[in-house]
Amino acid sequence: MTDPAEVLRLDRITKRFGALVANDAISLRLRAGEVVALLGENGAGKTTLMNILFGQYVADEGQITAFGRALPPGNPRAALNAGIGMVHQHFTLADQLTVLENILLGTRGLWSWSMDIAAARAKVMALAGRFGLSVDPDARVGRLSVGERQRVEILKALYRDARVLILDEPTAVLTPQEAEALFDTLRKMVAEGLAVIFISHKLNEVMAIADRCLVLRHGRMAGEVETRDTSPAQLAAMMVGAEVTRPQIAAGQAGRALLQLDRVTTPDREGAPGLKAASLALHAGQITGIAGVSGNGQAALSDILSGLLSPASGRLLIEGQPAPDRWTPAAALASGLGRIPEDRHKTGTIADFTLTENAVLETHVRPPFSRGGWMDWAAAAAHTRDIIEKYDVRCPGPDARIRLLSGGNMQKLILGRVLEAGPSVILANQPVRGLDIGAIAYVHGQLLAARDRGAAVILISEDLDEVMQLSDVIHVISEGRLSPPIPRGTASVADLGLWMAGEGFPHAA
Amino acid sequence: MRLEPIANPGPARIYGLPALALGATVLVASVLALIAGANPFATLGLIVKGAFGSKFATLETLNRATPLIFTGLAVAVAFRAKLWNIGAEAQLYAGAVMTVLIGMHSWGAPWLQLPVMAALSIAAGALVLLGPVLLKTRFGVDEVVTTLLFNFIMLLFVSYLVEGPLKDPAGMGWPKSVPVAADLRLPRIAQGLRLHWGFALALISALLIWVIQTRTVLGYQIRAVGQNPQAARFAGIPVNAVLVKTALISGGLAALAGFSEVAGLKGHLSRDLSPGFGYTGIIVAMVALLHPLGVVLTALFVAGIFVGADSMSRAAGVPTYIADILMAVALLFMVLAILLTRYRVVWR
Amino acid sequence: MMAFWDILISASFWAAAIRIASPLIFATMGELICERAGVLNLGIEGIMVMGAFAGWFAVYLGLPLWLGVAVAFASGMVFGALHSALTVPFGLSQHVVGLGITLLATAVAAFTYRLALPQVTSPPRIEPFQPWELPVLSDIPFLGEAVFSQTALTYAAFLTAFLVALVLYRTPLGLALRAAGENPSAVAAQGLSVTGLRMGAVIVGSGLMAVGGAFLTLSAFSSFFFDMVNGRGWICIALVVFGAWRPGKAVMGAILFAAFDALQVRLQQTPIGAVLPYQLFLAMPYILSIVALVLMSRRAEVPQALMVPYNKGER
Repeated sequence: MTDPAEVLRLDRITKRFGALVANDAISLRLRAGEVVALLGENGAGKTTLMNILFGQYVADEGQITAFGRALPPGNPRAALNAGIGMVHQHFTLADQLTVLENILLGTRGLWSWSMDIAAARAKVMALAGRFGLSVDPDARVGRLSVGERQRVEILKALYRDARVLILDEPTAVLTPQEAEALFDTLRKMVAEGLAVIFISHKLNEVMAIADRCLVLRHGRMAGEVETRDTSPAQLAAMMVGAEVTRPQIAAGQAGRALLQLDRVTTPDREGAPGLKAASLALHAGQITGIAGVSGNGQAALSDILSGLLSPASGRLLIEGQPAPDRWTPAAALASGLGRIPEDRHKTGTIADFTLTENAVLETHVRPPFSRGGWMDWAAAAAHTRDIIEKYDVRCPGPDARIRLLSGGNMQKLILGRVLEAGPSVILANQPVRGLDIGAIAYVHGQLLAARDRGAAVILISEDLDEVMQLSDVIHVISEGRLSPPIPRGTASVADLGLWMAGEGFPHAA
Repeated sequence: MRLEPIANPGPARIYGLPALALGATVLVASVLALIAGANPFATLGLIVKGAFGSKFATLETLNRATPLIFTGLAVAVAFRAKLWNIGAEAQLYAGAVMTVLIGMHSWGAPWLQLPVMAALSIAAGALVLLGPVLLKTRFGVDEVVTTLLFNFIMLLFVSYLVEGPLKDPAGMGWPKSVPVAADLRLPRIAQGLRLHWGFALALISALLIWVIQTRTVLGYQIRAVGQNPQAARFAGIPVNAVLVKTALISGGLAALAGFSEVAGLKGHLSRDLSPGFGYTGIIVAMVALLHPLGVVLTALFVAGIFVGADSMSRAAGVPTYIADILMAVALLFMVLAILLTRYRVVWR
Repeated sequence: MMAFWDILISASFWAAAIRIASPLIFATMGELICERAGVLNLGIEGIMVMGAFAGWFAVYLGLPLWLGVAVAFASGMVFGALHSALTVPFGLSQHVVGLGITLLATAVAAFTYRLALPQVTSPPRIEPFQPWELPVLSDIPFLGEAVFSQTALTYAAFLTAFLVALVLYRTPLGLALRAAGENPSAVAAQGLSVTGLRMGAVIVGSGLMAVGGAFLTLSAFSSFFFDMVNGRGWICIALVVFGAWRPGKAVMGAILFAAFDALQVRLQQTPIGAVLPYQLFLAMPYILSIVALVLMSRRAEVPQALMVPYNKGER
């Protein structure tokens, strides 16, 4: 009855959080030597399922069998000991420790007196050679590139003799070329009889690497198909519950340049490059997309436009005039910039403040919200009620703490705060990360509407599809350098991918 | 175990848990009394009686509460901005030193000179906190340790003053300063009542801070900086400037405690002017949930326990340090209770 | 100037420096363990008071000196357990809880002392640790007097620092502790308990702090006074920063610091001391601590997860 090649089996796993059913009778079988893709939108239940597998949560129903033995629930070590390794989306590495120390962490009893470093080093080097995972074992992890850190994570799992490897959104941080190298490694592993679960929402990659796809939607199994029998369109339909057609977006009418960067350079910071002589012009009535793998200077670009950072050299021009000498967030706001920050929880809002207090965060120093240093809370609340209504923010009311809102509704409030100030330039940094499809469409619609009203919008995103879909002009960013502007429809994904990898984009003169 | 946020905590949680924390503190008091071989009920009764049992006792409690209101406010204002001012003790002494310096000779009408004394005391306290805050904003040095260390430095400075330049020649060897001129002492609130205007000043300060916190741009910015400096900075709030303003207010308030103790009660400066009012202010502020009006109530409560414990100790033989234990226990129970109003504990 | 050099080259001066450094080394190692695991322990000042009292009281009641040290260690562990229970699983503010522990431990020590000795006016003395001149080593010129004629508790302080360094850098436990202070989710991903590691670190670290306090009563002064710790705990926190969270550097820092302290005591007896107020000399340790904090502030070697509570399920 049991398949001898079966290495992992999840049987009708169900997990409820209050009224929410995060996992509803999910089953999964994994055989040695195959790659199974786990597909689904944010909130579809992928993470919950993995947390159950790794003992962080206990399932309400169902059971897990690894290599023919039932896995005790709620024991974080059980899955590891059974030979299941996981590479998390957010790496679980300690930056100040070396590669070898990170790999050794937790491999020996805490109370033993030695670490036997020589033997460990030999084993790591052997594994690295076998699977094409080159990395310096004595380097501090904090100094490594993102791709190298991912290799450390994979080595960590292999060092523990994992026979099953789970990768959570592994390519989100990689260039297309680095992703290809990862796929080579995975193919080598599968050829040696390991099994892989590949969690993603990038359909092309799933089609390229997986043997089988399991699709989750709202905590339920939406379908399970062999990759060779399906198409990206069919998978997308299963993920969202309907055939999705990408709306065709009309090009914007380019007006004058509202904001320009002229050979701007900023210092490198904590492993991320600064800008290197970056030039850019944001025109009225256009969306300018910035495509690139995260950690290539987007943070510096975003900080410049937010007023958090001044150029070390080069010029920042607003409507043709040099930006104020004291370039601060307040100066940026006064210059007509609107900013949608990358992290709405940490930068965009104050969790324990009410909606009202968050809505006037950027404008509270001006009438009608304050006069002569005194706040006018009635005016602030009225303004907030306007935003709630106009931007369809679902909430208990303006006095509710914003931490109670879903990501989408939080983002709508930020959108209202930014757009109601009537900005001429809008920075949208990862504006839809983590949102559901409805909220994504809403945010995109609002950005397009602002563009059509004559604002210059700059969209920074790691999602190449999003950039290509919305942008009138695209710049690729790589190692802090910006490519020349690429008009809509003049470059293929492959071209952009190569440029994102830092290869051969012509320098702007 | 894990903590899960509670979306909408009910009133039972919001008010019940802090009440439970105070109840638990009373329980600890009873146990300590038992350990000391006294009757718990009698001990608690003696504390209450010693604090509020007579007009004299109540006035003593109000007098003791006055500096605690000031230091409690100083800490509450600073902690709102997550500015960890543990140096209220040093700022108190700075205010006291300035009060003596300005007040030892009378050179103007009291209605002129007293406000100058108060204002310069505030400035002195503000200046003492400004140092650690600038070290924090410029160099990223943790202000907890620097403000703590300043307490020791300040106390040595005071010791130098009262044994040197400001030594009272009529002090008969006691290390205390020259007195504040007689017409520059804070008047009593009412004839024959041993309670000076410092208490009224403390109440006014609490009201003022409450208005600043709820009604002004600065109050809003202080809260924003305290809750999430990153978001505040992004939204255009000048975080460092707000921290400096907070420091000036906080240090000034703590200095007023020194002003009021010297000009209102003691009349001179000495090394034992403050039995740790600066540190007790932290307890007052935390137990009051950093609310300025709550600080007044809590300061009365805390002062009552100290005054009550003193008289209880004489009568029942339980060491007066029971008050210090209770304060620390109340603080720890209270922060736990506040956490549990917002999170529930889930065992796996 | 001559007086200055005479002081610096005298063996008795360095012997004093090492003696003064000993309690600081114990407590600094305790704080360092806590911070390396990600917990700032501001209870240190009060825990040192408690240790000073508990160790002294145990010996006063008739226990042998080494059992006094053990009692002090245990008393520190009790308050460490309370601290860690509030700051680790509950994730309460390490600032507030730490200060609360300091106030509580100080008050408990004072309360117990008064309860046990209600009538005494001058603090009773015990027979403290005596200098132990190590055979052969103490005959070395200069070094013998400066280093090898100390009490056993001083040797224990240096041994402790050595052991702490050994465990931190050479054992799986130390690796896990350091990782817990850098990125607790890396520890949790290996199925290790961040809560357990951090609580353990705070409990053991607090024990060491208490032994640092006990050094004052059992090896240095032989009596217990209420204000005998006198800010040494806060100085140790500065020493951890000064030592860049490394045991070896922290020990060097403690000795340097103690040397300054010994120097100011001696300078008070020189012509310079006659001119300057003695309070200035007494304030030197605190001023130096602040200077040390400012000097080291640019170095970004802080454990990345220091003061960041870890709550699993939160991402």
